Amino acid sequence: MIEGINYLSLLIIPLFILFTIWYGTFKKVRVYDSFVAGAKEGPGIILNIFPYLLTIFIVIKGFQASGAFDAVRNGFYQLFSFAEVPIEVVSMAIIKPLSGSASTALFTDIVKTTGPDSVATKMTAVIMGSAETTFYVLAVYLGSVGIKKTRYLVPVCLTADFIGIVVAVAVVKWLL
Amino acid sequence: MNAVWLILFSVSIVFAIFTGNLDAFTKSIFEGAKSAVEVSLFLLGIVSVWMGITRILEDSGLIYRIAHLFRPVISRLFRNIPGDHPSISAITLNVLANLFGLGNAATPLGIKAMQELDTLNEEKGTITFEMMTFIVLNTASIQLIPFSVIGILASYNAVNPAGVVLPVLIATVISALTALVILFSFRKVLK
Repeated sequence: MIEGINYLSLLIIPLFILFTIWYGTFKKVRVYDSFVAGAKEGPGIILNIFPYLLTIFIVIKGFQASGAFDAVRNGFYQLFSFAEVPIEVVSMAIIKPLSGSASTALFTDIVKTTGPDSVATKMTAVIMGSAETTFYVLAVYLGSVGIKKTRYLVPVCLTADFIGIVVAVAVVKWLL
Repeated sequence: MNAVWLILFSVSIVFAIFTGNLDAFTKSIFEGAKSAVEVSLFLLGIVSVWMGITRILEDSGLIYRIAHLFRPVISRLFRNIPGDHPSISAITLNVLANLFGLGNAATPLGIKAMQELDTLNEEKGTITFEMMTFIVLNTASIQLIPFSVIGILASYNAVNPAGVVLPVLIATVISALTALVILFSFRKVLK
């Protein structure tokens, strides 16, 4: 079942490209020239995104390196001690919305130190699978069209992230 | 974003001073800048590839056919997208790429969707509700199988690496629905 879906997901992009170029050819599109014209837009888009990424990345790296991250994590750990979750889960809950590479590194570390079948591993695995690097998504998508006024998007995303993590922990407690 | 950025940065600097992590903090800023360059270069490649592919979709008219096909589904969530607008195709392709865990396709297609949604934006620079819905869908990580997580678990000899699939699926569905409910209730309250 898993292998089947894995194979399908490997197949999907090549098939999609094949279909697109032949559909274009049948519609008398010069697909090579068309592709080049489209690809030309790439650098402009990235130029728009870059300053947003930079602005987000330096503050996130600084937050981790300054020791503020550890303090916030310990604060949350105390605050939610009644929920009886391992401290690794609290770390993951804070790092996941901020940084994709840091959360992957942290997850690998948790698997290594607490074992591949520990409660901490299971909870963080579900968080890894069901949450997204919110600030990266925001920087890229808002940057790509130069949005300055985000209205209530950020509070919505942060509330949703928090509830998502509560749900992930609850699901693991319930199923395992 | 302004408030989040201001608070995170100030708190970090105050902490760096009081915990003596000043050197590490300053270094981390330049590391952050470096990884922004690296990520941008990576994005430059994949975004250009997908802009090439989507241009063929546009020139051949396929983008309108996909939009027409998925309009009934997409317009339930995105009420203010007219007719067979190209943004419907971009949103559809992004959602499909997300479902199959194709991150390298999902992000560029998402950027495409944002650009298409921006063509409907009457007040440039201010986000529309459709854009918010789209971003919330993307931050909720709708993925059928978390391949990378399973891969890491398997490489450390977990008893049942694929056992994570069901809880992830349940958590994803609940949190994606909750995220949308929160978004829609924010709109109601703040109208």
